[in-house]
Amino acid sequence: MNLIEQLPALPIITPLLLAPITILLPKGKISWLYATAISWLIFFFCAMLLHQVYMHGPISYFLGNWAPPLGIEYRVDLANALLLFLISAIGALVFPYSYASIMAEIDERQTPFFYAALLLCMTGLLGVTITGDAFNVFVFLEISSLSTYALVALGARQDRRALTAAFNYLVMGTIGATFFVIGLGLLYQATGTLNMADMQGKLVGLDNRMVQSGFAFIFVGMGLKLAMFPLHLWLPNAYAYAPSSVTAFLAATATKVALYVLIRFFYSIFHAANGIDIGSLFATLQYVVMPVAVIGMFVASLVAVFQDDVKRMLAYSSVAQIGYMLLGLSLGSEAGLSATMVHMFNHALMKGALFMAVGCVVFRLGGHRISHFTGLARRMPWTAGAFIISGLSLVGVPLTVGFVSKWMLLQATFEVGQWIPSFLIVASSLIAVVYVGRIIEIMLRSPDPDNPLPSVKEAPLLMLVPMWILVIANVYLGLQTDLTVDIAKGAAEAFDLVVRGAR
Amino acid sequence: MPISAEHAIPLTLLVPVLGFLAIWASDKSPNLREAATFITGAVLLGLVLIIFTAVGKGHTPGFILLDVIDGINLEFKVEPLGALFALIASGLWIINSLYSVGYMRGTNEAHQTRFYMSFAIAIASAMGIAFAANLFTLFIFYEVLTLSTFPLVTHKGNDAARRGGRIYLGILMGTSIGLLLPAIAWVYAITGGGEFTPGGILSTHMDEIGPLLPVLLGLFAFGIGKAALMPIHPWLPNAMVAPTPVSAFLHAVAVVKAGVFSVLKIVIYIFGIDLLSATGAATPFMWLAAGSILLSSMIAMNKDNLKARLAYSTVSQLSYVTLGAMLATQMGVLGGAMQIAMHALGKMTLFMCAGAIYVASHKTLISQMRGLGRTMPITFGVFFIGAMSIIGLPPMGGSWPKFFLMAGAADTGQILIIAVLIISSMFNVIYLLSIPVQAFLMEKDDTSSKPKGAGKDIMIDWNNLKEAPFWCIFPPIVTATGTVILFFSAGTLYNYLLPIIRSGL
Repeated sequence: MNLIEQLPALPIITPLLLAPITILLPKGKISWLYATAISWLIFFFCAMLLHQVYMHGPISYFLGNWAPPLGIEYRVDLANALLLFLISAIGALVFPYSYASIMAEIDERQTPFFYAALLLCMTGLLGVTITGDAFNVFVFLEISSLSTYALVALGARQDRRALTAAFNYLVMGTIGATFFVIGLGLLYQATGTLNMADMQGKLVGLDNRMVQSGFAFIFVGMGLKLAMFPLHLWLPNAYAYAPSSVTAFLAATATKVALYVLIRFFYSIFHAANGIDIGSLFATLQYVVMPVAVIGMFVASLVAVFQDDVKRMLAYSSVAQIGYMLLGLSLGSEAGLSATMVHMFNHALMKGALFMAVGCVVFRLGGHRISHFTGLARRMPWTAGAFIISGLSLVGVPLTVGFVSKWMLLQATFEVGQWIPSFLIVASSLIAVVYVGRIIEIMLRSPDPDNPLPSVKEAPLLMLVPMWILVIANVYLGLQTDLTVDIAKGAAEAFDLVVRGAR
Repeated sequence: MPISAEHAIPLTLLVPVLGFLAIWASDKSPNLREAATFITGAVLLGLVLIIFTAVGKGHTPGFILLDVIDGINLEFKVEPLGALFALIASGLWIINSLYSVGYMRGTNEAHQTRFYMSFAIAIASAMGIAFAANLFTLFIFYEVLTLSTFPLVTHKGNDAARRGGRIYLGILMGTSIGLLLPAIAWVYAITGGGEFTPGGILSTHMDEIGPLLPVLLGLFAFGIGKAALMPIHPWLPNAMVAPTPVSAFLHAVAVVKAGVFSVLKIVIYIFGIDLLSATGAATPFMWLAAGSILLSSMIAMNKDNLKARLAYSTVSQLSYVTLGAMLATQMGVLGGAMQIAMHALGKMTLFMCAGAIYVASHKTLISQMRGLGRTMPITFGVFFIGAMSIIGLPPMGGSWPKFFLMAGAADTGQILIIAVLIISSMFNVIYLLSIPVQAFLMEKDDTSSKPKGAGKDIMIDWNNLKEAPFWCIFPPIVTATGTVILFFSAGTLYNYLLPIIRSGL
């Protein structure tokens, strides 16, 4: 049996089998080493997969050799290969980062459970991304969500509010999942298949009430999962009270995966290859997704300005950034879709680095309120530097990935003649200047000579190195965009969009 | 020459960055640190001269630094206007550095290493702006310039400096991200590229933009906040909280010059003069610039603080360049281009004199400077020359751009613009010349015990001078001499700049 042939299954099977063993291992270092090794193995598989797809085109893999539509198909093209690579890369960085951070933030006895849950969460996200079977999406989504609820709740040792945050997330997430599965049920009823490619074929010319309601349920269900404004209410608390490394991981990956599912359903299933939209897709894009995206960009950014808690501020900023991604998606053009995918990737880099920097502050100073950041540039220069660079990237300063995203999005909006949204994009990034600038100013403030702050040590190397890898990626991929832009463009082309409607 | 102009272009960016590292490394030894600044400055000037002469021979050296997003490059290509701006910036940077050393040591400022490091990055980004081959490159270095000058503006670190810095950064970043960036993205979306092309690139895409052309021009005119076209000017007076060498740098060497240079370059190479004069899209902005000239002159007259008065004078003088661009005639554009050079020297002189006055006497208000000319005759004499150049009186270089602008206004039949130029010059006479005149001729306030009008007091007391240190006086003398030289060599400059309008035909 050739291992390369089985490559698509490996990133899922490996952690699914190996993760449960983590809880049997002794607490602390050994379980951490074990989980980290697995995460690197997965990263290796995903990188290979991306390489394969980039060189040889999409891969279709039949699980257990059962042919679709009966069996489950794993289908990897550039779009999900890029996302798989992203999730596994973030995972491979978050695991090493977690060791010190988690030791400080949760009960040591719980560490094996923590690593097992984080591995399972990652597996779920990878599974959602890789599968070509609609029901399989639901299964993996629940695997990742259930472990996420547990991970968020682990923040309770630091702050009891993590429990209510996790419970809120549980309720909202379950509603989302239920909606999604109801939508799937309706579509299954209409088409008799669960394989995505098959479903697309059978939906052509089948635009009835049932299909439309199926579409609506899937849209709202996924909207909840990806924290689309105004369905985002679970997100700020969940991100704010989860352990730092969990927040870094979730912010960089979880909402992206839900967004990816939405893209898949919109453009691979409802947008048939012959250009006919099914389930009023174009009307939804233009009259629901675009306004919601724009309002989300603004309202969430404005709310972020007034947060006193840096983690919450970044969480609201995430909601706003999801607005950008939805805006690109709503344009219904290739340029818009590739802008969305580039931003999915780039946003993961910046938010990952930012939340890791906050984690370093929590580790040394014990909190993530804005006051903990006073004079940080002198006290923890490497952490502050990472925060500043990735914060500038979040704003969209040239020579960072944030600028590349914004540039592509602007180009996409101008291309379809939507120049009002384009001005709203830049206007909301100006709000980002305010909320990021506020923290940077406090970090750079010179020490008060009468009342000097106690000096603290810089965060441990095990936390700094993963964080700075992301920071360097923020700058490097802002200059060398082959990896992100080329792949995203290729991926967008693969969706074979017929540009219409949005103009 | 061993280095070709093509290779000199990337080096103009690399050398200041190396200088930045050298300054950083020699933090502990001020003399070594200043030596690093001067060596960087000298090498940079040499490199720019290589490029400048190559461009003078009709070459357009180019260099591609990076391919960022496919087809969108960080690319450089030098044309006469950019070469001129680079020469002004790199030349005046050396003078400014000489002066900085005198001033910063004279006033014992803190954090001097950070100060010189920021300067090195700022000059590198000015080079990037000067040589940019497309809008994308221009924008990137424009932003780097804003960010690198921010620590300079807030140098003093007190509340006033922080407030001024916030306004500086807020307005410059706000306009550039909010207006300039969408304008650039728009141009790329319409034309598929933003290369600076002789004759402009928009003329062949008129059906896609049509009546929105003035809107696009407005996005550029206001988006380039560094050009300080009213009402985007408040950052400039607010940046006055910075030490004087920084003000000189902002006003003469790099920052505002980068702004008006960008406006001029975009009008010539993106819109094209012919397109603008054919569509009349620039007319509203021409009037806006004219209004800006007069209004800020009037504000300047009411300022008693010398630096504030000079700041508003800069706002007024910058609008001359914008006006030249918006006249959309060959003479206007040439006048605007010359104004960049002439104003740089003149305003540099005035700012350095203001700093010298502060170092020597700690006086900032004009009303306190009465009679000061008798103890600081050299400073005020030099100030006089600089002021004459700004006003536009021969034999100072500043008279040429005014002449060209009037010729340009006459070309388009805008008689009112000529009137604006004349009135503005008269305003300049009032608010600039009154300063040295009062300093030389009027009584000192604190000597009121002596009998008034006594003949002896009018005389300069050569034995009892209280001039600023040599390194605060020498640089303004150099620039003041420069304004005189430029008056007589304007023909060379004219011929050098001619290709920018000829290629538009």
